[in-house]
Amino acid sequence: MGMKHLDEYRDPELARFLLEEIARKATRPWTIMEICGGQTHSIMRNGIDQLLPDTVELVHGPGCPVCVTPLETIDRALAIASIPGVIFTSFGDMLRVPGSRDDLFTVRSRGGDVRMVYSPLEALQLARLHPEREVVFFAVGFETTAPANAMAVRQAAREGIANFSVLCSQVMVPPAMRAILSSPDNRVQGFLAAGHVCAIMGWEEYEPVAEAFGVPIVPAGFEPVDLLDGILKVVGMLEKGCSGVLNAYGRVVSREGNREARKVMHSVFGVADRPWRGIGLMPASGLVLRREYARFDAERRFDVGHIAPRESPLCRSGEVLQGHLKPDACPAFGKECTPQTPLGATMVSSEGACAAYYRYHRNPDSL
Amino acid sequence: MTEPFACPLPLLRHETIQMAHGAGGRLSQELTRQVFMPHLGNAFLDLLDDQAKLTLPSGRAAFTTDTYVVSPCLFPGGTIGSLAVNGTVNDLAVGGARPLYLSAGFVLEEGFPIADLDRIVGSMAEAAGKAGVLIVTGDTKVVQKGFCDGIFINTSGIGVLRQEVELSCRNLQPGDRILLSGTAGDHGMSIMTAREGLSFQSGISSDCAPLNHMIEAMLDAVPGIHAMRDPTRGGVAAVLNELAASSSVGIDIEERSIPVRDEVRGACELLGIDPLHAANEGKLIAVVPDEAAREVLGIMHAFEEGRDAAIIGTVSVDHPGMVVMHTVFGSRRIVDLPAGEQLPRIC
Amino acid sequence: MCLAIPGKLLDITEENGLKMGTVDVNGSKTRACLEYVPDIVPGQYTIVHAGFALKIIDEEEAAESLKLWQELIGSGAFETGDELPSTDDL
Ligand code: SF4
Repeated sequence: MGMKHLDEYRDPELARFLLEEIARKATRPWTIMEICGGQTHSIMRNGIDQLLPDTVELVHGPGCPVCVTPLETIDRALAIASIPGVIFTSFGDMLRVPGSRDDLFTVRSRGGDVRMVYSPLEALQLARLHPEREVVFFAVGFETTAPANAMAVRQAAREGIANFSVLCSQVMVPPAMRAILSSPDNRVQGFLAAGHVCAIMGWEEYEPVAEAFGVPIVPAGFEPVDLLDGILKVVGMLEKGCSGVLNAYGRVVSREGNREARKVMHSVFGVADRPWRGIGLMPASGLVLRREYARFDAERRFDVGHIAPRESPLCRSGEVLQGHLKPDACPAFGKECTPQTPLGATMVSSEGACAAYYRYHRNPDSL
Repeated sequence: MTEPFACPLPLLRHETIQMAHGAGGRLSQELTRQVFMPHLGNAFLDLLDDQAKLTLPSGRAAFTTDTYVVSPCLFPGGTIGSLAVNGTVNDLAVGGARPLYLSAGFVLEEGFPIADLDRIVGSMAEAAGKAGVLIVTGDTKVVQKGFCDGIFINTSGIGVLRQEVELSCRNLQPGDRILLSGTAGDHGMSIMTAREGLSFQSGISSDCAPLNHMIEAMLDAVPGIHAMRDPTRGGVAAVLNELAASSSVGIDIEERSIPVRDEVRGACELLGIDPLHAANEGKLIAVVPDEAAREVLGIMHAFEEGRDAAIIGTVSVDHPGMVVMHTVFGSRRIVDLPAGEQLPRIC
Repeated sequence: MCLAIPGKLLDITEENGLKMGTVDVNGSKTRACLEYVPDIVPGQYTIVHAGFALKIIDEEEAAESLKLWQELIGSGAFETGDELPSTDDL
């Protein structure tokens, strides 16, 4: 038995067919960025980059919420989680991310009540069960996760659950794409857009980006065949000199996306400027609580004083996140910086490009 | 009681563990007589002495200890008790020893339900029976509420080493075959999806089982097996990396040959966990000279706990110290050690 | 950035005023919030992310692209390197 809608897209024969098509079509060198860290992970895990013809180079994008959450926000999370009486909840992804000094696990070892949740609704359930405690949820994510986070906040408001709040670090893809394409160092000629972000957002908002910068943008899935289909479509468009948006993830992505999810997301969150770790402030790139929901903002609820984050001077994750530097070209890669001793968030998250390189892609001869 | 079998519990005056259950007085005695002895009683334990006096067969002995703190303590396919027995039995057996006697030390949290304890001790007796070992000495302590997570168990075990076998993780030779005795990741995913609060109801069953009988048969047939390990915490990936490092050889494994149960794979996909990183409690990895690999595999297949056994890879002279996976697509990637505790992820 | 896995909806329930359901992922079952896929019925496949169903999988679309690929492979055209108008026709 196989997993329906998953295993079909791991078919080696189909993958080989698409690879040959890509090789046949790519007559010149092309540089394509996969935006999403999940795609990076899948590419590395399946060794797709090794199988592509030399003409096609993949560079890895900033689509990992763990990697782009500012150190200041992580330090704030650690400070809030350390407050006696607080139950601090987070997706498993964020628990190991080091702040300036330690991580959420360390806070737990010192007596902080830090708990892992799989769904934001589990955090809300903890607030229901412990009305005498303050339950804080670390709401990280891109447009895929923001609707889930939004639902927890809306539900807290509806049920009058006053002991629930969220620490937001939510970001959006299109501003990051624009920033990458506007950079004077940009090498990216075409994009694989993040399929699950597009499941929510659709692809309308990518059309003006594709037009303004003259690039192909292809929403793609995460399985090897999905990725190769996406790459084939980008290469096909590049070879023909066309730009625009072409969907390679039809079973999940439609042009209009998921209206219901967007409605709730926009009713709870508004767009704001947002700093991205390693990259800097990007205008209109974040999602923060609207005024009507401001009472659920953990940042306002808990005064943790001034936070002065300290970044490692060695880490070049900003360049990695924008596709300017391959992880193994960072001088600290595999030396000062490993998943056990990460200097930057891109080495912590399993989606981070540095961690994916370290895990799957170290050159065996280099060890 | 209207139930057909005589449950000893109603005789106890408490439904939960009290501090006095660990104080050596009346309640301690009650607990021993009514929970521990009915399940575990044997000629050694029945004496209620402070020590067990054993006669060991001649030859070298193997001795091991491990402490179990798994949460939740009851999970599909086992309990912390069966885990504590099987874990120690397997630690002896993979070293080429015949496990004989175990000790069991309990740390109980005040307020722990005695009915759960009864179930746990019952599952220990069952596991010991299956493995053919005796629990010959034990101890119970009670700590205040909040000082431990319900129940912790330490088991130590003693066994006699077989004469002719020399198993060591430094023994790997290029050309050896890597055998995995069954599906990867069952226990780890069982525990992860059984954890309170997570939105799962998968009911994935742990693979918790004693492996000594199968190992005995394997070594009877092929005493020259080079190495054996049970891939518990850190999973198959951790053991393979250790083996490669200890023997300074490379290990190549085939993605398509690694058995994974359907629902385990489903849970792994959903939570973003690599089945090779998830724990097992009833599996072993054997490194066998190429010419004997088929024979050993056939023996494993004859046992329930080795039904899904497979040859998953080969030892090589290339990339010493590293484990390399050959994907179904024909690419290669490193199989790394898991970085710490396995955590479900959303991205 | 977003792990989302396909699974089959088994049932629909209500919890705290939210539409919820059980989703079967290869035999593993998980709870998911269905508020964002209001039209879903049991038996349909959806992708699940962070405890939320994000989208009902479009079976027709899926079947169509798979069929197209299989036809192309079946035609054997790619092995000979022949021109394949259908994939050029983007
Ligand atoms: S390898 Fe480490 S130090 Fe270098 S960019 Fe990546 S995370 Fe930063």
